[in-house]
Amino acid sequence: MFCLSCENLILGYEGRQICAPLSFSVNEGDYVCILGENGSGKTTLMKTLLGLQKPLGGTIEFAAEGIGYLPQQDATAKDFPASVREIVRSGCIPRTGLFYSRESKERAERAMAKLGLAEIAGRGYRTLSGGQQQRVLLARALCAADRVLLLDEPAAALDAQAADGLYDTLRTLHGQGVTILMISHDAHAALREATHILCIDAKEAFFGAREQYMSHLQTEQEERK
Amino acid sequence: MIDSIRYYFSFAFVRHAFIVGVLIALCAALLGVILVLKRYSMIGDGLSHAAFGAMAVSAVCGAGNSMLVTLPLTMLAALFILRTRKMQGDAAIAMLSVSALAIGYLLLHLFPVSANVSGDICTTLFGSASILMLSRSDVLLCVALCAVVIALFVCFYHRLFAVTFDPAFARAAGVHTEALETGLALAAAVVIVIAMRLVGALLVSALIVFPTLCATSLFRSFRAVIICAAAISVVCAAAGMFFSLIFGTPSGATVVCVDLLAFLVCFSVGRVRAQ
Ligand SMILES: Nc1ncnc2c1ncn2[C@@H]1O[C@H](COP(=O)(O)OP(=O)(O)OP(=O)(O)O)[C@@H](O)[C@H]1O
Ligand SMILES: [Mg+2]
Repeated sequence: MFCLSCENLILGYEGRQICAPLSFSVNEGDYVCILGENGSGKTTLMKTLLGLQKPLGGTIEFAAEGIGYLPQQDATAKDFPASVREIVRSGCIPRTGLFYSRESKERAERAMAKLGLAEIAGRGYRTLSGGQQQRVLLARALCAADRVLLLDEPAAALDAQAADGLYDTLRTLHGQGVTILMISHDAHAALREATHILCIDAKEAFFGAREQYMSHLQTEQEERK
Repeated sequence: MIDSIRYYFSFAFVRHAFIVGVLIALCAALLGVILVLKRYSMIGDGLSHAAFGAMAVSAVCGAGNSMLVTLPLTMLAALFILRTRKMQGDAAIAMLSVSALAIGYLLLHLFPVSANVSGDICTTLFGSASILMLSRSDVLLCVALCAVVIALFVCFYHRLFAVTFDPAFARAAGVHTEALETGLALAAAVVIVIAMRLVGALLVSALIVFPTLCATSLFRSFRAVIICAAAISVVCAAAGMFFSLIFGTPSGATVVCVDLLAFLVCFSVGRVRAQ
């Protein structure tokens, strides 16, 4: 089933293009890892897909509702008065009318338990460490995602154990049919977990199944020799 | 003391002033939490100046201090600020503020509606006694508008939280963030136009900013901050109006000073507790 496709998508700010045009399509149930150097445009791609920003050219078709988004952590800690539980519950917004349903509340509790946040559910967000804040936002994204999960460097700021836990959680979700797009700097984990790889670069982008990407890397290495 | 309070409350205009004043304080606090946390407090400030200009236009048109003129004009200013904010940021708001003040003053000067122009302007800027001179229809209109603002706030509480905390996420999750932000700006215009009756154009920002700052220095969760801000704002408004009645001080400045006092207390308590 079709989920998302881009045709000659050109990313940029104020008319300045930042990377090679992108053409790729994602089906429901795919697990796509987005790789690329710092500043290659990964975050920009995600924001453009979400419609937070206009592309310079090309087309996007995105046939999904119930998208969970984990923004990239900015260095400035948010000075916002909100408890962990309030933030995680806000992930249930798409299914919420006036008040959170009991089902939404349970979903939030499950997401918190999954990410080891149960003990700090009542704490204030601004009093947490960077890694804890990351887990809170991840739990919120899990609450929102019925179908599609867009994660911008979810494993950054997590310790090794938490990162493993995260990959386990994502694998389970993927098994349940959730489409995952994840930006990562951890190429090992990406190649281990993902079904597809999107590699963004200033000159040329690559998109293909994991096996294709591996052979692509090999030919590149041979060419270099 | 009790007797004098009872004496004052035997007058309908005093009762009306208290009802409207408390409702205004409540609305300003609720909206203020969102505006301050969203870093929109400058919008509140800009709108209060725009509202002064609108009031001048209304006076010159011969409509007196009619909300039927000031409200739409201020709402237009709110939409203008929201549009230009992304491009010019604070500069656009500053420009609107000073233009509205200058044009308003100029209009009142060129087409004086009463013998005492300076007195009129002082009243609009600092509120002095206008809260005590509400007509019956004014009271009804204020109460209705406040009720609408509060009802909308309750209905959209969770969405407002999501949009304030993280607009990018909210938008991805399917919240109509732009509509919500427009609604927020319009509600701010409404609250500011009404709140000018209580504290005047120059002091309106105080009602928006102080309760939030009080509450955020004491509490860690959003709901607690909202409830605390609303409570502090209502108590300060009521106390300020009492003092101004009993000691004959200008009501707006008194309310704002009580707010300032509350802020200093809350801030110190928060500091002490953090150590
Ligand atoms: N708001 C902005 N205005 C103008 N240029 C921007 C803006 N945000 C990012 N850029 C530029 O766009 C390019 C891509 O940025 P982006 O944040 O998408 O990189 P990234 O691939 O996510 O990098 P990282 O791995 O560091 O997260 C960078 O060169 C950056 O300087
Ligand atoms: Mg990035």
